[in-house]
Formats: sequence, structure tokens, C-alpha cells
Amino acid sequence: MSRYIIRRFLSLIPTIFVIITLSFFLIRFAPGGPFSSEKNVPEQVIQNLMKKYHMDEPLFKQYLSYMGDILHGDLGPSFRYRDSTVNELIGQSLPNSMLLGTIALVLATVAGIAVGIISALKQNHWQDYTFMSIAVVGISVPLFVVGPILQLVFAMRLHVLPLSGWITGREGIKALIMPAITLSFPYFAYIARLSRASLLEILRSDYVRTARAKGLAERTVITRHVLKGGLLPVVSYLGPAFSGIITGSIVIEQVFAIPGVGRIFVQSALNRDYTLIMGEVIVYSLILVLMNFVVDIVYGFLDPRIAYN
Amino acid sequence: MKRSLFVLLALLAFAGSAFAQDFIIANGAEPSTLDPALMQDTTSNQFYLAMFEGLVQYDPRTSKGIPAMAESWTTSPDGMTVTFKLRDAKWSDGTPVTAQDFVYGWLRTLAPETASNYAYMLGMVVKGADDYNAGKGKAEDVGVKAIDSKTLQVQLVGPAPYFVDMTAHSAFAPAPKWTIEKYGDQWTKPGNIVVNGPYILKEWKPQDYVLVEKNNKYWDAKNVKLRTIKYLASDSMSTNYKMFKAGAVDWMNGIDVSMIDEIKLRKDYQASAQFATYYINLNNQRAPFNDVRVRRAFAAAIDKKTLVDKVLKGGQIPTDEFSPPMAGYTPQPGQGYDPAVAKKLLADAGYPDGKGFPSLTYIYNTNAGHKLIAEYVQQQLKTNLNVDIVLQNMEFKTLIEMRNKHDFTIARDGWVGDYLDPNTMLELFISDSGNNSGDHRNPAFDKLMEDARMAKGDARMKMLEQAEKILLQNDQAIIPLYHYANQDMIDTSRWGGWFANPIGYHPPKFIYKK
Repeated sequence: MSRYIIRRFLSLIPTIFVIITLSFFLIRFAPGGPFSSEKNVPEQVIQNLMKKYHMDEPLFKQYLSYMGDILHGDLGPSFRYRDSTVNELIGQSLPNSMLLGTIALVLATVAGIAVGIISALKQNHWQDYTFMSIAVVGISVPLFVVGPILQLVFAMRLHVLPLSGWITGREGIKALIMPAITLSFPYFAYIARLSRASLLEILRSDYVRTARAKGLAERTVITRHVLKGGLLPVVSYLGPAFSGIITGSIVIEQVFAIPGVGRIFVQSALNRDYTLIMGEVIVYSLILVLMNFVVDIVYGFLDPRIAYN
Repeated sequence: MKRSLFVLLALLAFAGSAFAQDFIIANGAEPSTLDPALMQDTTSNQFYLAMFEGLVQYDPRTSKGIPAMAESWTTSPDGMTVTFKLRDAKWSDGTPVTAQDFVYGWLRTLAPETASNYAYMLGMVVKGADDYNAGKGKAEDVGVKAIDSKTLQVQLVGPAPYFVDMTAHSAFAPAPKWTIEKYGDQWTKPGNIVVNGPYILKEWKPQDYVLVEKNNKYWDAKNVKLRTIKYLASDSMSTNYKMFKAGAVDWMNGIDVSMIDEIKLRKDYQASAQFATYYINLNNQRAPFNDVRVRRAFAAAIDKKTLVDKVLKGGQIPTDEFSPPMAGYTPQPGQGYDPAVAKKLLADAGYPDGKGFPSLTYIYNTNAGHKLIAEYVQQQLKTNLNVDIVLQNMEFKTLIEMRNKHDFTIARDGWVGDYLDPNTMLELFISDSGNNSGDHRNPAFDKLMEDARMAKGDARMKMLEQAEKILLQNDQAIIPLYHYANQDMIDTSRWGGWFANPIGYHPPKFIYKK
């Protein structure tokens, strides 16, 4: 088992390496560069900038020195935010997105599984129809509609929650409520549908019929047999969902003015802020592959059909 | 007793909050830097206005330069040397502000290793500055000298009459050498930064907000009313507008264009003419726009007034001119809207009723406002010339790249003046200008612009007028559509000292609660 884990872990390294290398060269092919602007500056100014950021050197040499720097954990200076390094920019914004994302995902998971169980057990009853209608809305209505509607109701009409801003503001932790709910909505909807579908399948399976035939109490059948198998798809969904949700959502961050990492990722691409784009790509891909790795391992414990040796 | 004490305390607290001069600005984005030498966008520039002060500063009403660190100045008879007398002022750490701080600041902006975008502004006017910035000259040869600690002498490349006004720009800021040498790149961080302006940095939460508070060491501190200013980094116009409506923001620059019908009815909406022009850029060297008749036909086919009145509705000023009008300068309009003339010109050029006209792609950067304008232009050309154009939107950086490489036929463009003078507008179209993306080439125009550099007063303005006449009446190199409007949300019945002005700079020093 531990050998499997180590082998699986080591295989992540080439994946990350390929992602970094591909991204490094691909972003250089995008038209325009970090120093082009509406007002053209004289050639000498561009030369000075290129020199300062070592962009006057051959591309492959830049690549080698960049790889050297990131091995030391140095993601370089930002081209756009000239008072900050990429480490600082990501270090300041990622924790905010992680906090918000974690809260949202916990909300989505707890509510989604609960709703999924009720809907599966009460299939084709009014509870099922109500919850699944909500889930369809959650999946199909975009966040930039849900967010402003919540703002309109809770901030502008009822004045119970702050309109926008982060917990550093006057309103403290209350600032998290609306963005967390908005962000959790589509995840909640997906988890609810996923768990309902998979629970229904398990409920009809032979081993559940056997358990019931043995005379086990319905409660025991559900908790001991149905849930364990029925929630496996949710677990495998949580890995990518977690890496997606904690790395920020540009829509949520814009609507609620949240100092998260999603906004600077989009901005960095538009600004051709090469080092910042690379920094974000590295952090995102690390989180994504690590989450998938964790899910693989957890899966092994949950599903006896998977053997590692 | 207890009860009355409580009431008294509550009253005091209420009075305190009513008189607390705290101001919140929706600043539109995260500032890219707080270092004046590196600033290049309006978001960062707000912090220059708050925390630093140059030789002159912007008059909040007119945007012209008024005395700031310089108490007075004299210009030599040939206009080539300006000598500034500095006032007694201190940096926020108590060190006196000296002429040497200006020399250091300017040379720092110019030093190639600083890699400042706006170094070229110094290069345009100060003798030897351009060479030093290009790595061809030495720092000692730059025409800025401290005669003594209170006297700064500047040698110019020509008698540029706009020079003194220009020194209000962040590229001309003084800099605290001792702080920069001590902290390096970190000198603009809270706790490290030393400033000479009315406010000092208190907190900087990236992507969230920047908080500044009154600098008691500032020379004119007694006239500074606001206690703190908070600059929110939120970049959603729609969220900012909601915050403004909810009273959580006191001033926002720019508006949510989709809400214009509601916004323009509000009393706290301020629209004013901006020193800037939105125009259609034509590639003068590429068919069909290498024929002036086609360029003129297009200009005659677009009704700019209806564009502004019915489509944009935001207080913009329709125009056939490029440089906005100003004292002493009369802009020279190009071809105005006239569908009959448009048809005739196009027929003369060999395309009667649009027949045989090549298919064109109009490029613009992705944005709801630009899209509306592009669609309007497309419809006008169809109606008035029977010409079809294809619209193509793209990322801003891609558009810039295509324009710079002259790799376009017709494109959306716009220009905001850096200082109040027609020169900052017209110099774009000099043949070898880096911003001449439409590739306009006319030696007569170039010569007038060159001669104007060395001329003064009325004669100079006449030369610039003549140049604009060539640009638009002879050549119709571009199609101006309108002068931009500054669009701001601020309740001027609550806040004083804020005035609509052509450059759109609003020094917070003057703002106060009424």
C-alpha cells in the first residue's frame, strides 16, 4: 500500500513538469506582450523593461533560469504589479479563496448529500420533485445571476448582510455568507443529483435486497450498506471540485469584491503578466494533481473492490 | 444620572461620526504600483495625488498647474531655462524636501534600470534626459540641477510652454533617496514609505483596499480636511454602483454603462468633457483607405450626433475634430456628416453605390460600449454608402499588437491627452511617431509639428491649428467620433472641493465634507 502511494506520488512530478514547460512556451505565443499598452512608449523604454525582466535573453535561457528559480520556490517578480512578487500576490490572495471555497464546499457537500438521500428515499414523492427542481435551477442559473439577486434581497432591500467586501471590512465574518452560498449553489445541485442517482442504483442492488431479506432494520440497511457504496461517486467528484472551488471564481470575486486569486488569474492573462500567469498555473496544477492523488488514496479505503497491490 | 451620561456619550459618538471626514473611493482596480516613477495607469495615479506632490499640482477646477512644492518659478527670456524656488516643506519622516530630492527623483525615473514607462515625458522636455534614458548619455548631462537646497534649475530642449504644467505628473515626482536605498523594492510598503503629500499610506490589503490617512507633516496640513481615504480595488462597475447607491462608496469614476438610462437621471451623476477623443483609425497606406476620397466618404457617412444622443447617452461630445478646444486654440474639423457628399465621394473613388467595394473587417477590443459603437458604424455605412463591414472583437492586447504592426484596415481607437495642450493629441500622427498606427505620412504636417516645438505663444498655436487642418481637412487621416466624457458618481451637495475637469484628476487634498 505505502509503496503504491509513493509510486503514485512520484508520478505527479513529470505531470507538473510537462504542465509548466508547455505553459511557459504557450503563453509566449499569445499576441501582445506584458509591455504593450494603449500608449506606445519609445523603443528605449521597452528595451529597458525587457532588460530588467531578462526578456532580452534567448527564450530557452529564460526557461532554464525560470525552472531554476521555481526549484528554489521563487516565482519571480510580477510584470504588472511592480511593487510585488508573484509569491506575495498569490500568498495574499490564495488563502482568501481557499477559505471561501472550503466553506462553500462544506455547505454544498452537507446539503447536497442530505438532499440526495431524502430524494432517493422518497423517489417520485413531492420532496424528491421539490429538491430536484431546486437542483436543476442550481445547475442552470449562472452565478452572475444568483449573486446579484441575493445582493438585491439581503443587502439592498432587507439590509441584513453587507453588499460586498471581505472579512477585513466593517462587517466581519458576515461578509462571507452571501458569496459562500452563491458559490456553493451549483456544487450543491450537482452533489444532490449525483448522490440521488447513485443511491437509487444501490437501493436496487442485490446486496441491499439481501440485507433487507436478512431482516435488518431499514435504518441499518441505509447507513451500513447503501450510503457507503452510494457516496463513492461523490467522493471522486470532491477532489476536482475542491481544487476548482478553492482556486477562486472570477464571477464571485467580481460580484462580491473579494480579494481572491481568481480575479488576478484572469487579469494576469489579459495583462500578459507572464510570471504571474505561470505562478498561478503552477499553484493550480499542484492543487489539482494533489487532490486527485488524495481522492485515489481515499477511494482505496472506501471501496474494497480496489486493490493496490 | 447614568441614563443622561449614556445619552451624552451617544450624542458625542453621533457627532463624531457625523464630522469624521472619511472618504471611500471605488478605484476600479488594484493599483499596479505606489511608486511614482513606475505609475502608468489612473488607478495608481490616485495614490500619487494623495501621497506625493511635485513642483506644481493640478488645479482641481482647471487641471492647470498651481504652485505646490515650488512656491514660484521664473523662465529665462529664451524660454529654455526654468528656475523653481521651493517652499519649506517636510517629508513624512521630518526630513526637509530639497531640490536634491527632485534631481534624485527625476534621474531615478530616467535611469534605464528603473525601466519607467513614463520616463519619456521627461525625455520630451528636459535636455539630455532622452539620451540618458536610452543609455546613450550620462546622468550628469541631464538638464536638472540643484543650485542650492531650495533652488531647482531645469534646462529644456525647447521653449515648451506646457512644461511647468507637466511637472504635476508623477514622472516628475521628488523621491526620498534614503528610504529607497534602505528598503529597495519594498519602499512603498506600509511602514516603509516616506511621502511629501497630504496623505500617508496606512494599510494596503492587495485586491481589497488601500487606506491612507492625513499626513500631519504636510506643509499645508491645516487645509487638509479628510481624515482617511479608502480606495477599494473592486473592478466590477455594477458592484461599485450598487455600493454607491447603498452609501458604501462616496465617489466612483466610470459608470456601469448598462445602467446609463437610470444613472443619467440621478443628481449625483457628473458628466463633463474629457481631454480625449474616440476615433476610427484607418490604415492610410492600405486600400481602399489609401484614397482620401474613401476616407472622407466614410467620415461623411457617420452621424456622430445621433451616436452620442441615442446610443451612448452619457454626456460625450460628438465631434469632427481631433484636439478638443481650449483657450487660444481653435480645432479644425474634418469632413462632417453629409450622406449625399458621402455617396458622391465614394462614387468618385470608383465605388458607385458601394459597388465593387472590398469587404472590410472593423476590429475592436471586447467591451460592451465598443460593441455598440461598432454596430452603429456598421449600420451607418450600410445605410449611407451601401457598404458592408464585418465586425471582429478581440482581446485588448491583441488589438494593440495589430494596430502597432499596421496589420489592420479599420480599427477602433482612442486617445487621452497627457497634459492640456493640442500637442499631446496631434503628435500621434507625425510620420515616425510610435503611436501613428494608421501610418499617416505628410511631410508638411511633420514640419509644422517640428516647428511648433521651438515656437511660442500665439504663433505656436497657429502652427498646431494648421497641422490639424492638414490632418483632417486635407488628409482625413482618421474619423473622429466624439470627445470622451468623464463619468463620475459623487454627490457634490455632500462633498465639496471635487470639480469636474478636463483631465479628470481630482486631488483629494481639496475634498471635504460639506
